Amino acid sequence: MTATTDRTVPYADALTRYEPVMGLEVHVELSTATKMFCGCATEFGAEPNTQTCPVCLGLPGALPVVNRTAVESAIRIGLALNCRIAEWCRFARKNYFYPDMPKNFQTSQYDEPIAFDGWLDVEVPANEAGEPPFTFRVEIERAHMEEDTGKSTHVGGATGRIHGADYSVVDYNRAGIPLIEIVTKPLVGAGDRAPEVARAYVAALRDLLRALDVTHGRMEQGNIRCDANVSLMPIGSEVLGTRTETKNVNSLRSVERAVRYEITRHAAVLDAGEKVFQETRHWHEDTGITTAGRPKSDADDYRYFPEPDLVPVAPSREEVERLRATLPENPAERRKRLQGEWGFSDLEMRDVVNAGAVEVIEETVAAGASPAAARKWWTGDLARRANADGVAVTDLGVTPAHIAELDGLVTGGRLNDSMARQVMDGVVAGEGTPTQVADARGLELVQDDGALQAAVDKVIAANADVAEKIKGGKVQAAGALIGQVMKEMRGQADAAKARELILATLGVEG
Amino acid sequence: MSNLSRDDVAHVAMLARIQLEDHELDRLAGQLDQIVDWVGQINEVAAADVPPMSHPLPLVNVTRPDEVRPSLTQQQALANAPDPEGGRFGVPRILDEE
Repeated sequence: MTATTDRTVPYADALTRYEPVMGLEVHVELSTATKMFCGCATEFGAEPNTQTCPVCLGLPGALPVVNRTAVESAIRIGLALNCRIAEWCRFARKNYFYPDMPKNFQTSQYDEPIAFDGWLDVEVPANEAGEPPFTFRVEIERAHMEEDTGKSTHVGGATGRIHGADYSVVDYNRAGIPLIEIVTKPLVGAGDRAPEVARAYVAALRDLLRALDVTHGRMEQGNIRCDANVSLMPIGSEVLGTRTETKNVNSLRSVERAVRYEITRHAAVLDAGEKVFQETRHWHEDTGITTAGRPKSDADDYRYFPEPDLVPVAPSREEVERLRATLPENPAERRKRLQGEWGFSDLEMRDVVNAGAVEVIEETVAAGASPAAARKWWTGDLARRANADGVAVTDLGVTPAHIAELDGLVTGGRLNDSMARQVMDGVVAGEGTPTQVADARGLELVQDDGALQAAVDKVIAANADVAEKIKGGKVQAAGALIGQVMKEMRGQADAAKARELILATLGVEG
Repeated sequence: MSNLSRDDVAHVAMLARIQLEDHELDRLAGQLDQIVDWVGQINEVAAADVPPMSHPLPLVNVTRPDEVRPSLTQQQALANAPDPEGGRFGVPRILDEE
């Protein structure tokens, strides 16, 4: 295989002539304890082929039995995506000859998916070009149950890829782990925002699946994998163009980049009067391009037929309603509600979401802290500490209750902000609760107004010129004096109170 | 009634990775055509209100709880594998050279 670089046209240029159409297929690995059709464990990272049995190895005579929790998860995912739930559906065998399934087929669903005809409203944020945020309704074609494949390692050859390999070795621990495949209808009408829609959809889906607690949801570990189909229609046409399917795009950023790249590549092919070749494409994270994969052809006839070893799945309507009652609040709506309750600006809320701090702030507010203080600590001071130590902010040993207690010490007038940070040093160091740390370190604002007044008088006397300026109306010059007063008090004073006293002493209105 | 052509048989054989000689294709096309005809008789007696049957037992929702059961050991899993390597199943080259 020679990797030639394909021609592309500039993105904005392509969009003047073509309307992109996308179809997104997302595979979700469920977080069940066992596989889809057998009781083998699903733990990540086990020694190769230590989580297999006659069923998932496809040994003769072994019979599969469906995992009840996996079916429930599939139904809950379908309901969360506003799908209809099949009253009766079957599994089917998808026959093919790659050795990643030892059975020579994958047990999947074909024309009878468990969930179908749904939608998800996706919030697309404002972009760097200054285009505004908007909502895009992604129509869901279907969500069906299937099983994951084994993991192949290709040996020999220069690249470690399947092409040019001498042979391959396979670990079947992953073979049979429950997967839900979620397929959108063709997404049309997003225009130049199409790549952003793709990213926002996968992000919204990931958040929803995590809220449902049906998957570990780690894209980097392959719990959620996206295949992106892209085609172009000349503007004004209603005939769908030939599509390509870019496989295994496994980060949000890559989804956006891969769709964008394919748009620029398709446009160059069509501009030249040539035909887009129907094929799968490989995404290359490092170079940001796709290369040709496998052609789609007659060999893709998978000879589906109903799985004779499994009986149909027929969820009763009562069961479906029972599962509907377990659905969590939609994450996007929940964020909107919390933002209103907390009084955060859009920008503040976005920082909180990007920092993954929604839950911890919710718990901190519930523990009694003000929303503003909770946000300041978790996305500010604590985020910086976590970043410096290379750990998650929730792994610093600081709890929501600690923050609430510390906030109480500040609002109650015992600590100022700089003392609160010193207390936090102690809490992070494991010296105890905020009160214990403050006691042990002797941190307490001087409540003795006499001592503070003495310090103010001393500083004003030593800075007659500044005092004159303040008297003359330059109130902001008080900052320099506050700093000196705090120094006199060795930091053990309330800066706001010091400012008040300085202005009062000089007879100036704050 | 059915019309299974020699090309159909060649196509299905390719999908199933079965190599057939010309004389086998000739013979099998005729035989398979007969079999499809034979099974097709069911369509003549089954009206539209009879759903296709994919399973002989009238059961639905046979499931098991999500509880881990013992797996085979790696040695057991690989016991019949001709070319194990590093605890994995060795398989021949997957794609032909292009």
